[in-house]
Amino acid sequence: MSASEWLPLAVLASSLVPGLVIFALPEDRVATRTTLNLLGALAKLVLVLLLLAGVRAGETYGVRFAVLPGLDLAFKADALGLLFISLSAVLWLLTTLYAIGYLERAPHRSRFFGFFSLCVTATMGIAMAANLFTFFVFYELLTLSTFPLVVHRETSQALRAGTLYLAYTLIGGTVLLTGIVWLHHLLGHTEFAHTGVVAALGSEYAAQLQIIFVLLIVGVGVKAAIVPLHGWLPQAMVAPAPVSALLHAVAVVKAGAFGIVRIVYEVYGIEFAQSLSLLWPLALVAAVTILWGSLRALFQDDLKRRLAFSTVSQVSYIALGVALFGPIGTVGGLVHLVHQGIMKITLFFCAGNYAETLGIHKVSEMNGAGRRMPLTTVAFSIGALGMMGAPLTAGAVSKAWLSDGASAAGMEWAVWVLWTSSLLNAAYFLPILWRAWLRPASTPWPDERIPRRAWRETSRLLLLPPLVTAAATLAAGIFATAELSPLSWARLIAEREYLTSPAP
Amino acid sequence: MTDALDWLAPLVSLDRLAWLDPLAWLVVLPLGWATLAFVLGSGRGAWAALAGVSLQLWLAVELAGTILADGATPPVGASEMAAHHAVGGWGAPLGIDLAADGLSAAMLILTQMVALPLAVYARAYFKAGDPAGAWFWPLMGFLIAGLNALFVSADLFNLYVTLELVGLASVGIVAAGGGAQQLAAALRYLFVSLVGSGAYLLGVALIYGAYGTVSIATLTPLIAAEAPRLVWLAAGLMLVGLLLKTALFPFHFWLPPAHGSAPAPVSALLSALVVKASFYLILRLWIGPLEPLLPAAAAWLAALLGALAIFWGSYRAIRAVKLKRLIAYSTVAQLGYLFLIFPLLAQPAALQAGVMQVFAHGLAKAGMFAAAGVMIRATGQDTVAGLAGAVDRLPVTLFAFGLAGMTLMGLPPSSGFLAKWQIIEAALAQGYWIIAVVALAGGLLAALYVFRVLRQAFLVSGADVAERGPVPAVPRTLEWSAFVLAAASVLLGLRGVELMRLLGAGA
Amino acid sequence: MTSGLLFALVGVALFALGVAGVVLIAQLPRRILAFNLMGSGAFLVLVGLAQRGDLPDPVPHAMVLTGIVVAVAATALALALVRRLHALTGRLQLPEDDGD
Repeated sequence: MSASEWLPLAVLASSLVPGLVIFALPEDRVATRTTLNLLGALAKLVLVLLLLAGVRAGETYGVRFAVLPGLDLAFKADALGLLFISLSAVLWLLTTLYAIGYLERAPHRSRFFGFFSLCVTATMGIAMAANLFTFFVFYELLTLSTFPLVVHRETSQALRAGTLYLAYTLIGGTVLLTGIVWLHHLLGHTEFAHTGVVAALGSEYAAQLQIIFVLLIVGVGVKAAIVPLHGWLPQAMVAPAPVSALLHAVAVVKAGAFGIVRIVYEVYGIEFAQSLSLLWPLALVAAVTILWGSLRALFQDDLKRRLAFSTVSQVSYIALGVALFGPIGTVGGLVHLVHQGIMKITLFFCAGNYAETLGIHKVSEMNGAGRRMPLTTVAFSIGALGMMGAPLTAGAVSKAWLSDGASAAGMEWAVWVLWTSSLLNAAYFLPILWRAWLRPASTPWPDERIPRRAWRETSRLLLLPPLVTAAATLAAGIFATAELSPLSWARLIAEREYLTSPAP
Repeated sequence: MTDALDWLAPLVSLDRLAWLDPLAWLVVLPLGWATLAFVLGSGRGAWAALAGVSLQLWLAVELAGTILADGATPPVGASEMAAHHAVGGWGAPLGIDLAADGLSAAMLILTQMVALPLAVYARAYFKAGDPAGAWFWPLMGFLIAGLNALFVSADLFNLYVTLELVGLASVGIVAAGGGAQQLAAALRYLFVSLVGSGAYLLGVALIYGAYGTVSIATLTPLIAAEAPRLVWLAAGLMLVGLLLKTALFPFHFWLPPAHGSAPAPVSALLSALVVKASFYLILRLWIGPLEPLLPAAAAWLAALLGALAIFWGSYRAIRAVKLKRLIAYSTVAQLGYLFLIFPLLAQPAALQAGVMQVFAHGLAKAGMFAAAGVMIRATGQDTVAGLAGAVDRLPVTLFAFGLAGMTLMGLPPSSGFLAKWQIIEAALAQGYWIIAVVALAGGLLAALYVFRVLRQAFLVSGADVAERGPVPAVPRTLEWSAFVLAAASVLLGLRGVELMRLLGAGA
Repeated sequence: MTSGLLFALVGVALFALGVAGVVLIAQLPRRILAFNLMGSGAFLVLVGLAQRGDLPDPVPHAMVLTGIVVAVAATALALALVRRLHALTGRLQLPEDDGD
């Protein structure tokens, strides 16, 4: 087996194998478990770096296995897949560190980290799937491996959230499967290929292809939390903070958004999708989601719920970027896939810190939190400002490319949507910052706990990850034009794979 | 040197099949160890069974290999089937012909594959002196012998005998050591089984009257050439009898009590294998001798009943109070999928989908009943409600239940998913949308009852746990053999190519 | 009408009677008798229909013999179960199913 074949498999194995071993570990083998987790995460990073270097140099990576006659489990590591893989691999390492600190004395850690690793494996499979069949296999695997994490606390509230999550995702999966089998029946395969594969079918299939597109987008839209398929996401907030980070930034909603990107570009092809007039409805749905999510976020007092509705809104920026027919919008959407991930994970890490250290769960309890936990609040502020699109943050880069893309595509209304959303973002984030920094702490904290091995305000393992991602948020904004920045990679993808001339 | 070994020459040069024919040995071996276990006495013979089943598994795989190797030239009749054996040197019509094609070989592999982990499981499950396990090994041996004989029988009458052998052994194994409820379930099962095989026998009698033969291979061209009205009646009787034994809705009424009240390893054997035997026979007849008689309406009727079975079985499973009832109703539902393929049989993909589903359900349901046995042992009660908090105490078992559940829901990457995919694609290819919709809806309904159990297992109520006191220790072997079965049902979903190739071979 | 056909028709009638008995009769020993009636009907059909010309056909006889062995085994099993049920409940009828 050549390097081009085993590297993608090794990326899968680097989280699958530790995950399986961890399941078998007794609860009290903390050191072994931690070592396994970190070794796996680091090994994955190294493998991903190898892939990145290779793909930059023009190498191709791929491997396939026959499952049934005419049906292959196929993987490829291309530039687009690597964008998602790199994001997940880096954030997995940070989330693992965070989770080790967060769950220090919690029960069932073997189960937690086992399923956590399975989740990441499923995410890698989604990113490297070379056809819709493989994509679906890992997409459903992701559903199954996140369920035990959502219900991890074993409370009836957690079980309700878990059940709702399953109801949405399993029905979504069924819709997606319908679309995939239908397409497989028409085409005889479901391979992803640059500029799409379905155009070859000819115009007499246009109507069927439109229906299939709707089925596929609804199927992945559930995980991407597109309105009105977003109901599960705010409920899933009962899960522990690392799980929220996983759901919102690393794996689940990203898997949905990534699915939209693959389907539009590599199944339908952007030109063909435009010719079937599939893009404007997608843009419309994305715009509605952006505004609706932001509006709902305004009225949430629960901090994590506010962040959840913010995710609903922000993830659809990606869909909007895809649906803006043109190279600039594409770059904007792709780069936001990464930027939203690092910004949102910062916010969830910080929310977890407030909850773990001070017992703060609500926005109304945030008064004075900035003085008590300055580093956490600095990180939170950077994340929040990034979400608003403030200058020098990653968010500013995304929004600039997206609104340029909208103007270039002649969709001025989309620019207005983006501006309105930015205003709403400010309206629901600034009060939090104001309370945290400027209001005095009036009452004692709801439930203050000083963790062991604390450094300054809270446990070291809880503090490090948000500081790193906050720094990354700034770096991605300030050094956006650097050679290995997410923006440059997104432009590489657009340049190499989809369109001919991605003008800045 | 050469001379000294001359005496070996006839043995070696003899067609290997003559004395080491896997066909005959697959029937003789289980009869042998069953008898041995019976002679050894109550509760003994587990080792003989384990050794025997292991050997049988090897023989079945060997047979499949032979058939695959010969598969290049598809033969026509039974005497030309890929593997063939005349018992005692007597051929048809007075002797018994054994024959196997790819389909038979697949069923043989499934039977031994399920039986082996279940034998390991049962050995740990029945404690010494447990009246339920006293005669488990002889009965299991006769049951497996009957199943194996059924899969390699080449004539309709011999199939009747094997069908009865399977039925009687199953009833015995359900009844063994049980109380009144269990006996009642066994008796109900016995009468259903007898009426079913009686109807089948009458059909065979009518066919013999019309054609003077019961050999499937000889009958196929005869029926295709000319079929008097009597033969239609015979076909109807045979199929109805077999449907009764397969527990297709609305003939399913006997299954939940019988499968739900037996000890866990027995429920596993029955749900995974026994109902599949009569399904196999239906399929064999449907794509074989009876094919020219059956109108499209018959296929659609079967599919309609299959769809109703899916909905009704799932509904009852969702509502069931007892855990094993839930699983038994799930069997009713899963059997329904098998009948969705009948309107689609014009394409080989449909047969492949059916056999994939037989494998998926066989492995998963055996694993699920085995897991349920562990849970019942640990919680001391056969209820879904009693599982609260089980996830903390029985993680391996819960994982096994979850994996088996994945297969039943048809979620990837499981063999159940492949079966669902194949059914949907065959349905779309032939323009029968409705079948695809039923298959998809069935998956969601399965999710309802599978997650009902998993959800309950995750639910913690501290007071309950404290109240219940210490948990009885459950042998590790039980947990892991359930896990192996469930994991096999998932892993098959990653590689179904060989199985599909086997089906195409030697038919 | 040949005698063979007559046998077969009687066999079918016996079979139908037997099925009705198994389905309708609650008393278990009578149910077992009904099952035997059913079996005999099937055997009669088998032998009756196979009568062609003057030469007797040995195959159906072999089949019927085998069938009788099976029927005896089934009857024995059924009787054993009924005896056990009688010992446990003191009744010769099936109790109601307590499941859901």
